[in-house]
Amino acid sequence: MYNKKVKLRALFLFLSIASIILIVFLVLKSLEENVVYFLSPTEIKNLNETTTEKIRVGGMVKDNSIQINSEKINFIITDFKNEINVIYSGIVPNLFQEGKGVVAEGILKDKNFFKAEKVLAKHDEKYIPPEVKASMGEE
Amino acid sequence: MKFIKNYQFSLVQKSQKIVLYLFLIILALGLFEALILSPQDYLQGDSVRIMYVHVPSAWISLGIFSLMASLSVMVIIFKNKVFFLVAKSLAPSGFIFSLVALVTGSIWGKPTWGTWWAWDARITSMLILCIFYLMYLIAWRIFENKDYVTKITSFIAILGFINIPIIKFSVDWWSTLHQPSSVNIFSETTIHSSMLIPLGIMTAAFALFSLLIFLMKYNTELIKIKNKGLDRL
Repeated sequence: MYNKKVKLRALFLFLSIASIILIVFLVLKSLEENVVYFLSPTEIKNLNETTTEKIRVGGMVKDNSIQINSEKINFIITDFKNEINVIYSGIVPNLFQEGKGVVAEGILKDKNFFKAEKVLAKHDEKYIPPEVKASMGEE
Repeated sequence: MKFIKNYQFSLVQKSQKIVLYLFLIILALGLFEALILSPQDYLQGDSVRIMYVHVPSAWISLGIFSLMASLSVMVIIFKNKVFFLVAKSLAPSGFIFSLVALVTGSIWGKPTWGTWWAWDARITSMLILCIFYLMYLIAWRIFENKDYVTKITSFIAILGFINIPIIKFSVDWWSTLHQPSSVNIFSETTIHSSMLIPLGIMTAAFALFSLLIFLMKYNTELIKIKNKGLDRL
């Protein structure tokens, strides 16, 4: 069997790694609200108080909700439980579409109304060729 | 050139050539598949092709770091004299691939998300991995004492390994801008087979490249030892 020194070194390594993992876990746990990149409309609804700080809201762009006026874009972000109205003036990314993921950065006016300063498209994990997608749509 | 007769040297040097040719063949095949044969994506168009460089780079940089960490555990517990040279020789290609993953991700992010950079959990933890690689490589250069440098670098590798599961599961644990993984073992893979094939070939090509760089670095380490007149590691 291994001698005593080897066993002690293994124990020392194990204990130090275990304690560092614990520290990292606790730090991440306490920083949870900073680690998440955006809040869902449901999480916005459950906020105790609305902040005036810049936050991000993410979810799906609701079908048939995009309205483009001369200088403003209105759309609804939904997580299929709750939804939030977003107003934005500026350039949207190419992948910004109804039924696709979106992350809006800006200021919460109230729990149902969000004024975005930046809009990012969130891509999902699906990679599909156009022909396959077209035949999927026909089904 | 008498060290060429040494078994380990001749093995490392001979295998370099084989790996180089194999890498070139697989890379040519992979690029042909990725750039010409594979289809566009219905949403991203041609920018999906960035994925064939981005994803293999990220996988390999994670894989190499995991390997370095497990070798470092052996170094610290068993004082193994070969493993720290192996870990040291693995680091440069891992570092380069973590950098490639960050840069290609940024290039893909601009047309897709609409931003070059986002401080979300996946991207930030990947940046931390890149910094750990850099720390590891710099530590080898700044510490002179051999016992000390072995301990320090091994500890950096083991410490940095805690970050690896955080990178892997960041997209599941927290809401991130980065999408969840498309290639899954335990759940459905959400990437069409015509795109999965070039991804697989490119991963093999990059793995061979890492192996090639590793063999070259390892060979250099062996030569350094020979030149110091030491007959053992």
